[in-house]
Amino acid sequence: MPPDAADCVEVDGDAEGAAPHFRMAFPAGSEAVRQALLRLRGELPRLGLAEPEIGTAEIVLAELLNNIVEHAYDPGAEGGIELECERRKTRLVCTISDGGGPMPGDRLPEKGLAATDVARQDLPEGGFGWFLIRELVEELSYARQDGKNIVRFGLGLGRPASEA
Amino acid sequence: MKLESTEQPFGLLVTVGDSRIDASVAIQFKDRMRELTAGTSGRILLDLSKVDFVDSSGLGAIVAALKQLEADQTLELVALSPTVSKVFRLTRMDKVFPIHETLQQASGSCADAS
Repeated sequence: MPPDAADCVEVDGDAEGAAPHFRMAFPAGSEAVRQALLRLRGELPRLGLAEPEIGTAEIVLAELLNNIVEHAYDPGAEGGIELECERRKTRLVCTISDGGGPMPGDRLPEKGLAATDVARQDLPEGGFGWFLIRELVEELSYARQDGKNIVRFGLGLGRPASEA
Repeated sequence: MKLESTEQPFGLLVTVGDSRIDASVAIQFKDRMRELTAGTSGRILLDLSKVDFVDSSGLGAIVAALKQLEADQTLELVALSPTVSKVFRLTRMDKVFPIHETLQQASGSCADAS
């Protein structure tokens, strides 16, 4: 897809009984990510998610998407992000792909949170993102395929969509 | 980034008018907080009742806003949404900032920042 495309392809469960899901594509920029997350708030209830699951998904997606904007692509470079989320019974599975540079060492960063019981001037102002991601997801994987980064994560959901 | 401050009997009240403190406004937030809090003393209450989302960049900016205060000042947070509350709890920043459920509660208490 062209990097400036901002289309959104919504696909609810089709006639063949596919799991309810949706797809989005948007430019890798902080404003576009913000707009995508706002749109996501409208889409996730259709997959049967309720608060606080929507909030949890939003935190994880915000961190992964902003990470792409800030680190995968060079500053000022144009690029795109594709996102697909699918409801699978008691899980939400999301796949994010981008055409930016690979993760350092071809792996996802470990979580680590600097100490917070320290003097005010020593408090951490960063390093929260991967910590939040790894605290909240049930599964997380990374692959580099055909020049793209593909990150997939799963979140446990409280109840099946049919009962939601 | 909409931030407004008013002098109150209990200290300075800073109200966030936006619904998100995220990567796209984090630097603005930090700079605007510096402007609003410069030359003040005592408690600063940050009213987050209109904010429904804070990401890691926004959290970093709130921590930065604390670090740029005078040593005897406190930065206290008021009216966190469930999602915002979760971000503070998971990162243990709920132990760093005094957190109040309502402005009324905050204005009545003299929070211990320790």
